Amino acid sequence: MAQPVEITIPATGRKISVPTGLFINNEFVPSVDSKDTIETVNPATEEVICSVVGGSPTDIDVAVAAARKAFNTTWGKNVTGFERSRLMNKLADLMERDAEMLAELETLNNGKPVRVARDFDIGDSIQCIRYYAGWADKITGQTIEVDNKTKVAFTRHEPIGVCGQIIPWNYPINMWSWKIAPALAVGCTIVMKPSEVTPLTALKLSELFVEAGFPPGVLNTIPSLGSVGGAALAAHLDVDKVAFTGSTLTGRKIMEAAAKSNLKKVSLELGGKSPHIIFESADLEQAANWAGLGILYNTGQDCTAGSRLFVQDTIFDKFTALLAEKARALKIGDGFGDVSGGPVVSKTQYDRVWSYIESGKSEGAKILTGGEKRPGKGFYIDPTIFTDVKPHMKIVREEIFGPVLAVAKFSTEDEAITLANNTSYGLGAGLHSNDANQCMRVSSALEAGTVWVNQYNMLNNNVPFGGKKQSGIGRELGSYGLEEYTSIKAVHWNFGEKLDWPF
Amino acid sequence: MPSVFTYKFDTPVYKGTSSFNTGLFINGQFVDGSDGETIDVINPTNGKLVTKISAGTAKDVDTAVAAAQKAFDTTWGLHVAGAVRGKLLGRLADLMEERADELAALEALDNGKTFSWAKTSDVVASVGCIRYYSGWADKHSGKVIETSEDKLAYTRNEPIGVVGQIIPWNFPLMMLSWKLGPALATGCTIVLKPSEFTPLTALRMCELVQEAGFPAGVVNIVNGLGSAVGQAIAEHPHIEKVAFTGSTAVGRKIMEAAARTNLKKVTLELGGKSPNIIFDDADIEKAVSWAVHGIFWNHGQACCAGSRIFVQEGIYDEFLKRFTEKARSLKIGDPFEPGAYQGPQVSQIQYDRIMGYINSGVEQGATLHLGGERHGDEGFFIRPTIFTNTQPSMKIVQEEIFGPVGVVIKFSSSDPDDIIRQANDTIYGLAAAVFTQDINRALETAHKLHAGTVWINSANQLHPQIPFGGVKQSGIGRELGEYALANYSNVKAVHVNLGHTI
Repeated sequence: MAQPVEITIPATGRKISVPTGLFINNEFVPSVDSKDTIETVNPATEEVICSVVGGSPTDIDVAVAAARKAFNTTWGKNVTGFERSRLMNKLADLMERDAEMLAELETLNNGKPVRVARDFDIGDSIQCIRYYAGWADKITGQTIEVDNKTKVAFTRHEPIGVCGQIIPWNYPINMWSWKIAPALAVGCTIVMKPSEVTPLTALKLSELFVEAGFPPGVLNTIPSLGSVGGAALAAHLDVDKVAFTGSTLTGRKIMEAAAKSNLKKVSLELGGKSPHIIFESADLEQAANWAGLGILYNTGQDCTAGSRLFVQDTIFDKFTALLAEKARALKIGDGFGDVSGGPVVSKTQYDRVWSYIESGKSEGAKILTGGEKRPGKGFYIDPTIFTDVKPHMKIVREEIFGPVLAVAKFSTEDEAITLANNTSYGLGAGLHSNDANQCMRVSSALEAGTVWVNQYNMLNNNVPFGGKKQSGIGRELGSYGLEEYTSIKAVHWNFGEKLDWPF
Repeated sequence: MPSVFTYKFDTPVYKGTSSFNTGLFINGQFVDGSDGETIDVINPTNGKLVTKISAGTAKDVDTAVAAAQKAFDTTWGLHVAGAVRGKLLGRLADLMEERADELAALEALDNGKTFSWAKTSDVVASVGCIRYYSGWADKHSGKVIETSEDKLAYTRNEPIGVVGQIIPWNFPLMMLSWKLGPALATGCTIVLKPSEFTPLTALRMCELVQEAGFPAGVVNIVNGLGSAVGQAIAEHPHIEKVAFTGSTAVGRKIMEAAARTNLKKVTLELGGKSPNIIFDDADIEKAVSWAVHGIFWNHGQACCAGSRIFVQEGIYDEFLKRFTEKARSLKIGDPFEPGAYQGPQVSQIQYDRIMGYINSGVEQGATLHLGGERHGDEGFFIRPTIFTNTQPSMKIVQEEIFGPVGVVIKFSSSDPDDIIRQANDTIYGLAAAVFTQDINRALETAHKLHAGTVWINSANQLHPQIPFGGVKQSGIGRELGEYALANYSNVKAVHVNLGHTI
């Protein structure tokens, strides 16, 4: 176990050597005390790709110790921002060099179309790493005027320390990049637990990490079940901070474990049930494109999926007909083919999404398009649009995480806002309108961490992203992302005050 | 058609060939000066001609400005995302790094600094500066400012547009990087005049700029005399900002010309007569080493040179003895000679000027404690020189010499404020250094010195992240760090009315 496995990409014939061990101290090693393995599956064919080592809580201990050692000796305050920047840029160069190969591996394990993986997932990831490489030598504190005769006061923005990072399966490489980049830029060391569903690209990227020249222990990668490795990280007494992206349910557990153990800092990017509002003045053709993207991109497996669509009554029939046409026009199939979307990632997700579709039907919503299972292999779900939905329905309240849209009607702006905000989530929101004042009013009123106006789903590495309400705590991306990995120390340096006694 | 110059280096420390076009680099092409004139480039190690380069005129500046404006309006400015501007700057840094030795050799040939200093200090700093600013390109955000719910107010940092940049001969490549970095990161387009004494690395950089992928017209390099090209830039009605590094005398002219024409924004990095204060409790050995670096680095040709060395009476004798020994031990020679610390001064003009100051020191009654003479009989070499027993009114104490000439002044312990007064007694205010083990005294002194940079227990150490610039007649504005971005940005405030009626 822990030896690399050679995988062949059926569509291209490319052979990829994939490490299967746990990545600790720049080496791939077997588990210290467990024989568990994790099987990875190709969601387009339902066939097993390979198995990798499943890390145990003891392996997490070893990884944390390695990260701590690196933080105290070769990383943290022992390395200049300039050097961190240099290494990160090198990593980005290597990802660029290997983009095609990484894209094919991502598609094999996750199912998304290979050109999307290459141009968007990986393209954005490379830019994200370069973006944060640019911040590494620009971490500044403040000097604060107190009393010029006696004291200087200043803040230092220090790296928090050893960070546990737990990432999901919907954008494996992109989520990996969002996590490691700000942490490395600031000087933290990392124990990364990739999703047990999609660990392969994280392991392959660990090879590039070594090639880029990072010291051992700066990044450690431990594929493991969430309930095993993830839980161990959240509860670990020597982890200073945990960052988690995934379901709200698991996010709660992480935060509880953090509180119970050592009050480690917590940032969470959780679920969403994001509202997407179409006002009558909108450019309907464009709005339909964006609304389609909002629920169908990545086969709906997106935390910001615009899964509740609210259409103004005056344009309802016209718009929904347009949208249904667009949904039907999308080609969903094997990610190595010429398609816009692939299968959902696993049997578990497939069953889960279908159970929501069944619940929609049984709770009385009407199907506008989709809702029928495909025969044959592969976890394919065709775009499914429900109308005549009511706020109490499961398909309206709960995050489905698939290409399933609930569409409702509204008449006034206030009604739209009330409907939109009627959720415990607050991750994304979108609105389409040609009335500038309306755009401002509505974007101000929507309770979401990201509001798109006349757009949806498009993120930029320098613009912060995160949730309000139960969609999360903290922000990723932008300069804000650095704050999650920074610990402020205030220094009060007396050079002129003598203390009298008794005081 | 301007010619391509090729130079073959065959030295103990570097062997290689450098080849580049000697024309004006305008709109992505190399062209002759509009009146066909050239400038001789002299090797200061032997006084001999290296090559001739095209000399620009005011007309050439017009052409360059037009190209820069067109690029700004179409292929640069905000038409290109910050991340893309950053990527091109990153690529430029990569290319410079690949040719590091060649650039260092050219710099040593042209300026006279040793290949070793050029390689380990100048080129490293230049690459680092470009990389640093490549990281800023997509991070110069404005603010959203809360006023009330009926208004959305925000600021944008917009690039100024076409900027003029005029750089000196003491750190040619590094000064080029300090100028290109923040201007390109913010989205400005550039018309830059290198020093007519040291144009070679700038010319070599033109091809690297092209290879990195910057669109034509974004960077224009126009060699020429200060009185022609520099003046034309300072007066140009379509250049909205000029950045100048050089002497205070010329800085004044630039600012006057800017005021007289279109009130273009002006930043200036000028001269200095920086004090280096060494208290009794300083670590003498370290203070000596830093003091040597402070005045003899780059042959004293540094704007921030610690040229007035104040030593407290308790350690004066011991300091002077060791400082003199160290200065005497500095190896002067051919820049390509292994182990050489100091090469020639950059030109005959500088040589004459420095010798003039040395003579004035002697004439005005200072003690010539070390050096004061030419080294060898070819090239512009001057031995490290130390004066003692000076008076504050002497020219060598008041005026910037810009050569390897240090003035060592004893100060008494009786009045702690007096040394501050003496240190601040200058029209300049670029830098200062303080040596003491007493951290309280170090901080208090640092805070009272009138200077843009104060070093505590070091001297002449720069980093791309830390701002640098002068107070008083040493300059206006700051380069390096995040601060430099402001030099190339216009802040626009946008007020969006959401409900206020009138």
